Amino acid sequence: MSYVSLNQEEKERLFEKLGITNTGDLFKTIPERFLLERDLKIPGPYDEQTIESMLSSNPSRVVFAGGGIYRHYIPAVVDTIASRQEFYTSYTPYQPEISQGTLQVIFEYQSMMTRLMHMDVSNASMYDGATALAEACLMAIRAKKVKRILLSKSINPAYRSVVRTYLRSIDGLEVEEVPFDSITGQVDLDVLKKATMANKRSAFFIQSPNYFGIIEPMDEVASIMQDAAFWGIVVTEAISLGIMRPPGDYGPDVVVGDAQSFGNPPSAGGPLLGFFCTKREYIRSMPGRLVGLTRDKDGRQAFCLTLATREQHIRREKATSNICSNQGLCVLRAAVYLSTVGPRGLRTIAEQCASGARYLLALLGKRGIGTVFTGPVFNEFVLRIDDGSRERASQAGIVPGIRIDEYYPELTDSQLITVTEMNSERDCKWLLDIM
Amino acid sequence: MVIRHNVTRSTELLEPVVYSLSDHGKNKVNPPRPFEAIELGDVDRPLVNHDLPDLPDISEVEVVRHYTRLSRLNYAIDLGMYPLGSCTMKYNPKISEKVAAKIGNIHPGDTEAMQTILGLLSNLEAHLEEICGMDACTLWPAAGAHGELTGMMIIKKAMVERGEDRREVLIPDTAHGTNPASCTIAGFKAVKVPSGDKGYLEASTLRKLINEDVAALMITNPNTLGIFEQDIAEISELLHENGSYLYMDGANMNALMGIARPGEMGVDCMHLNLHKTFASPHGGGGPGSGPVLVKDELAPYLPMPWIVKDEEERFRLLTNAPQSIGMIHSGLGNLSVLMKTLSYISSLGGKGIREAAEVSVLIANYMKKCLKDSYYLPYDTPTLHEFVLTDKYQKERGVTTMDIAKALMDFGFHPPTVYFPLVVTGAMMIEPTETEPLDEIERFIDAMKQIDELSRKDPGAFSSIPRATPVSRVDEVWAARRLVLTWDMVESIMGEPPSK
Ligand SMILES: Cc1ncc(COP(=O)(O)O)c(C=O)c1O
Repeated sequence: MSYVSLNQEEKERLFEKLGITNTGDLFKTIPERFLLERDLKIPGPYDEQTIESMLSSNPSRVVFAGGGIYRHYIPAVVDTIASRQEFYTSYTPYQPEISQGTLQVIFEYQSMMTRLMHMDVSNASMYDGATALAEACLMAIRAKKVKRILLSKSINPAYRSVVRTYLRSIDGLEVEEVPFDSITGQVDLDVLKKATMANKRSAFFIQSPNYFGIIEPMDEVASIMQDAAFWGIVVTEAISLGIMRPPGDYGPDVVVGDAQSFGNPPSAGGPLLGFFCTKREYIRSMPGRLVGLTRDKDGRQAFCLTLATREQHIRREKATSNICSNQGLCVLRAAVYLSTVGPRGLRTIAEQCASGARYLLALLGKRGIGTVFTGPVFNEFVLRIDDGSRERASQAGIVPGIRIDEYYPELTDSQLITVTEMNSERDCKWLLDIM
Repeated sequence: MVIRHNVTRSTELLEPVVYSLSDHGKNKVNPPRPFEAIELGDVDRPLVNHDLPDLPDISEVEVVRHYTRLSRLNYAIDLGMYPLGSCTMKYNPKISEKVAAKIGNIHPGDTEAMQTILGLLSNLEAHLEEICGMDACTLWPAAGAHGELTGMMIIKKAMVERGEDRREVLIPDTAHGTNPASCTIAGFKAVKVPSGDKGYLEASTLRKLINEDVAALMITNPNTLGIFEQDIAEISELLHENGSYLYMDGANMNALMGIARPGEMGVDCMHLNLHKTFASPHGGGGPGSGPVLVKDELAPYLPMPWIVKDEEERFRLLTNAPQSIGMIHSGLGNLSVLMKTLSYISSLGGKGIREAAEVSVLIANYMKKCLKDSYYLPYDTPTLHEFVLTDKYQKERGVTTMDIAKALMDFGFHPPTVYFPLVVTGAMMIEPTETEPLDEIERFIDAMKQIDELSRKDPGAFSSIPRATPVSRVDEVWAARRLVLTWDMVESIMGEPPSK
C-alpha cells in the first residue's frame, strides 16, 4: 500500500511544470556518490491482513506483573474518545485558534493532577516517571543549587538508573542512595536523618508506595525534610492516589512519577505518562509545556501554551529542559479516564487493588508463605519464589510477578507481585497452586 | 478543476471546563469488583485519604459529549493539509493503530509474550539501520529531543573513554531549539555556527571554527530551510581528522529515505523522528519516538537495555552492558509507536519508502514554484521536501507572517511553521508531505495567493482575522501575565470561573 495520493498523470503534470524529466533531477544537490543505486532491503509491501497477523502477540493467561507499569481496566469511553482523529492526528497546539480541543484537555489534566496531588501546578507531561524524576533533580540543581542528590534505594531501579544517566555530566554533583530497612522495607530513617544533616545542600527523593510496594512512613520523612533544601515524592502506581493521602499534604517541593495507570494500557512497555507537579514558586524553573487560561479578541474564554520563555524553542541552550514532543495523547487518555471513573470510581478501583493484594497475602499466609518485608503495602509485595515454582508458573501460563534480584542481589530469588482489579480470586488460587 | 474555498473544518462552539459540569452523585460508573472489599486495618488508617479524590463528578454521557465537543475545536491531518515545516505531518495509516492496539494488554514482565515483541523490534532495528546506513540502533528514546540527548550522551561517553574532555558542540544557526538544549543537558557547550548566504553550512566556515575542544557537530540534513547540506563530505572529513564526531538530526529524513544514506556521508550518530518520517500520529503533542543510530565505534555506549539473542535463539533484554551510558527510560520507550512504524514500513516496503521521499520532494518543489512570485524566497538554492518563504513583500503593506498564518485558518488550513528557522526574518516553513492530494495542494496555493491579494487590497482586514475558527485571535500575553494554570487558580485568582 502506498499512501501517496497522486496518480501517474498528476505526477507527470508536476514534472512538466517543474521542467524536469525524472526524479533524479529533484535530488541534484546530493553529491552523486551518495545516491543509493539499489532498492532498500526492506520486504513488502504487505496487505493489511498480513501486517496484522505478522505484528501481533498474545498476553499470558494470568499476570501478576507491575513494578512501574500496570494493568488496569480501561473504560470503553477512553478508547472511543482517544480515537477521535481530531485529537489523534493533530500536532502540538502551537496555533491556539485551531487547537482549543487539545489545549483545554491539557488544562483539565493539569487541574485534575494538581487536585489529586494537592500541588499547585502540573506540566503537560514528561516522557515517563523516570525522566520526570531526572528533570526534578535538574530543577533542584537549578533552583536550589543543590550539590547532592539522595535517592531512596527503594525507588524503582530503572528510575535511579535514568537519573544517573541524566546527571552524569554535572561537575561536582554527588548522587547517593539511602538504604531501606531490611525488615520493614521502608526507608532507613536514621540514615536519612544523618545524611540530611551532614549536607544541607541536598535534594532527597522517596517513592511511596515504594518499589517493593511498601508504603513509606511519610509523616516521619516529612518531619526530617522540614528544613531540607529540596525534596520530592515519587508515585509510580497512580491508582494509589484513589485511597492514599495526597502526597502534596506532606509538603514536598515536587511530586513526580508515572500516570500510565490512568487509562493507558501497558503496551508491552510504553508509552508511559510522566507527570510533574510542583509548587507555585517553581513555575518559572519547571520543565515542559504549560497551558494557561486566557481570552480571545472578543473576550471569550480560550486557552494557549504559556511561559514558553522557559522552553527550548525560545531559550535554546538555556532552556529549563530539552523536551519538545511529550506524551500528549496519553494525557488525553488520563483526562478522559479520570473524568469517567470520577471520585468514587477511583476510590473503588484503588480499594479493589488493595483488597486483592490482601486476599492473596491471606492465602499465602495460610500456606505459611511470608513476604520478604513487613511494612504496610498498597497492591504490591515481595515474595521469594524458587526456580521450580517459576518453571511451573510459566508452563501454566502464569506470570508470577517480576524478578527483582537482578537489581537487589541481596534479595535472592525475590519476585515483585502486583495485584490489580484485572486479577481475580481464581487467579490468586492458581498462583498459589504453583508455589 | 473546480476550486472550492472556505471548507468548514471547525465549528464555533465553546465548552465549559470539566469541573464546572460536576455535581455530586452524577457519576454512576461501576468499576470491576473481582475482590470482596476488605476493611483496611489499623495500620493503614493514617495513610488513607478520608476525602474522596477531588475529581469531577459527571455522568458518562456528559463525559462523552464534553470530549467529543472538544475534539471538534481541533484542526487535524484527517481534516486537511497540515503543512508544518520540519514536522512532516503526513497521513497516519489506520492499520498502524489497529496493530498497536492489539498489543495493548501485554505487560513487559510477561516474558513469553515479549519474545515475539522483541523479535519484531529487532527487525525494526535492522530496517532503520538499512534506511540510514548505520550499524546499530536503540529504540528507546521517546521523542526527537530525547534521541538528541541520548546521542550527545553517547558522544560524551566516547570522549570520556578516550580520556578526552572536549566541551564544545557546534550547531548551525538553522537548528531546532532542542539541539542546543540537549547539548547543555549532556554537559556540552553549544556553539552557534553561521550557515552562509547559500543556506547551508560551508566547509570553509567549519574549517575556521574547528578546534581541539570540539566534540561534535550537530547538523540537520536536509536542514530546516529544506536544503541538503552539500558540503557534508568535506565536513565529515574535517571533523574526523580533528577527532570529532558528526551527529545528524534526522527529523527531515523524509526527503532522504531510500534516496541517500547518512551513514555513507560520514555520519557517526543520528536520530530519527518516527512520529514524523514514519507516519505515526502526533497525538496533539506525542507520544513520539526518536531512535538513535550509530556506527560500530559508538555501539558499546548505546543505552540499556539492549535487545540480544541468546544461545537458544531466544531474545533477551541485556541490562549489564559495561560501557553503556545507562538507561534513559523506565519502560521500553514509546513501544506502541515502534509497532506503528513497523506497520508503516511493512505497508510501503523498500520501493514504497523511496517513492514517499520522491513525491514529498516533487510536491514541495511544485508548491515553491507556484508561490515564489507572491512571497519572498530568501534562498534560491534548490530545496528538497520543504522550503521557506517570508513576509518581506507583505510586510511593506503592514501584513506579517502571523497575519498570513491566521488568515490561512479562515481558508480551512493549518498554517506552516512560522518564525522558524530563526535566521530568516518572518519565516514561513512549508512542508506538504507526499500524502497530500493535488486538489488540496492547489487549494492551499490558491489560498496563499488570495491572502497576498488581500494584503494589497485591504491590509486592515487582517486585524480581525481569523473569523472562521472556534475562537478569534488568542491573547497569549494575557495568559503569561496572569498564569491561570489550573481550575483552582481560576477560582482563587479570578474570584469566579470565567464566562463561557
Ligand atoms: C529539526 C527538528 N529537530 C528536532 C525536533 C524535536 O523533536 P521532538 O519534538 O520529537 O522532540 C524537531 C521537532 O519539532 C525538529 O523539527
